[in-house]
Amino acid sequence: MIRLKDVEMEYENGTKAINGISLNIDDGEFVFLVGPSGSGKSTIIKLLTGEVIPSSGRIMVNGFAVSTITSRKLPMMLRTLGVIFQDFRLIEKKTVYDNLSFVMRAVDASPKEIRQRIPYVLQLVGLEKKAKSYPDELSGGEQQRVAIARALVNNPTTIIADEPTGNLDPVGSSAMMEPTGNLDPDRSLEIMRLLVKINALGTTVVVVTHEKNLVDRIGKRVVSIDQGKIISDQIGGYVGGSIHA
Amino acid sequence: MRKHNFGYFFHEGLSNMFSHGFMSFAAIGITVACLLIMGTFTLVAVNADALLKSLESENEILAYVDDSYSEADAKAMQTQLEAISNVTSATYISKADAMKSFQEQYPDETMFENLDPTIFRDRYAIHISDLGKTQETVAKISAVPGIVKVNAYEEISNGFITVRNVATVVCVALILVLFVVSVFIISNTIKLTTFDRREEIAIMRMVGATNGFIRWPFVYEGFMLGLLGAVIAFFLQWALYSAVSRGVATNDTLQLIRIVDFRTLWGSVAATFAAAGIVIGVGGSLSAIRRFLQV
Repeated sequence: MIRLKDVEMEYENGTKAINGISLNIDDGEFVFLVGPSGSGKSTIIKLLTGEVIPSSGRIMVNGFAVSTITSRKLPMMLRTLGVIFQDFRLIEKKTVYDNLSFVMRAVDASPKEIRQRIPYVLQLVGLEKKAKSYPDELSGGEQQRVAIARALVNNPTTIIADEPTGNLDPVGSSAMMEPTGNLDPDRSLEIMRLLVKINALGTTVVVVTHEKNLVDRIGKRVVSIDQGKIISDQIGGYVGGSIHA
Repeated sequence: MRKHNFGYFFHEGLSNMFSHGFMSFAAIGITVACLLIMGTFTLVAVNADALLKSLESENEILAYVDDSYSEADAKAMQTQLEAISNVTSATYISKADAMKSFQEQYPDETMFENLDPTIFRDRYAIHISDLGKTQETVAKISAVPGIVKVNAYEEISNGFITVRNVATVVCVALILVLFVVSVFIISNTIKLTTFDRREEIAIMRMVGATNGFIRWPFVYEGFMLGLLGAVIAFFLQWALYSAVSRGVATNDTLQLIRIVDFRTLWGSVAATFAAAGIVIGVGGSLSAIRRFLQV
């Protein structure tokens, strides 16, 4: 459960990134955060993960008051989140299995728990045969699925995905826009469907994206942000003009 | 920290060490050099101290009794002399015993055969516990009524005291300087590792790893660098000490100096080197990772 109440965020250089946002995301919801560059989407992610502290207002994430959280409690809060980045952020010198096992070790999981959990998560993202591969041996889509598996492996309550399809082959995405009606799932759609599947298993999912087509096709709650304010919050796809990257 | 993480931390620490081979080599090298220099000066101080103790036990102060005192009066002074602080024993030597002892020193000299004991004085052979207080003790002995002259070989004891004090001062100064240098070098080695693994550390933080968990592999790396440096330094110190001991033993002039056997020292040297190596290694690691974790 995520709660933002009258949150404002002004960086040290005077840039006001968030301008009085209030937002509720309940457990089990799937929410898109959309908006043009500089609208404040990334700042919201940073606020939710405790990377930055709001100038004013209150933020609650899975029972933790992030706006006033201590450095001792921050790791406990982060264990309730799974974060997916646009650039995957996989460790190149570790295999897929090791990329997952090291984040489990980081939260004190036992070797037995690691042995049991990783095959399950890899199967969930369809990479059970790639456990011994290194990231550079995988396609972009596969690497992002490893990143999703890594976000899932510690069984978080909430997944936060920051432009999860931003680094994938854009050809597929543009193909969907063609009037030919080609609806074959491309890599971006695959990733998004995977997140929907994870959401169906009970995990709250928050996706920051600027891919209008994907947002429209998934048909979930969409929160549009511009100039640090929420300009619309509705279900069923993006409404309100074009979304700028 | 859970038990099953020990293996992981050890593996990560070892892997970090090998991933920056040259810097690890430099860190171990500087630790070895520092420990070796520290060890050498400490051992010089230890030997000077041992020589002083040997001198203290062997060096006699002779206190001569006034000729006008009878043997009974002279013997009565013993209690007064032994009451002086720093005096461990005062042994009465009569004129006859002094003559006998003198003659025994020159067994082949016929001209000393028929000496008159009265040319000798009654005397006391006095041993003291602290050679550093020789002058002060001699003054107190001289002040005892009936003592007319005191002979003490202060120059020799003062020489050894100077050697011991200089070695101790140099040793302490070097330890401080070299300790800081070692910590700095190891700290920079670990900083390279942390820089190399910054992405990994960022991910660990993002998934909720505590600072303690992130810190341990680097602490292990520093621990291993320090300990390895200590082990190498120990064996080099042993070889160096043995070589110097042999050199002293075979040198005609230096033969009088008794070098303390390394077999009686190795335990203390090993423990001190290991402790210093570990403190340097772990200290360097913690200093490197501290600032990184504050970001």
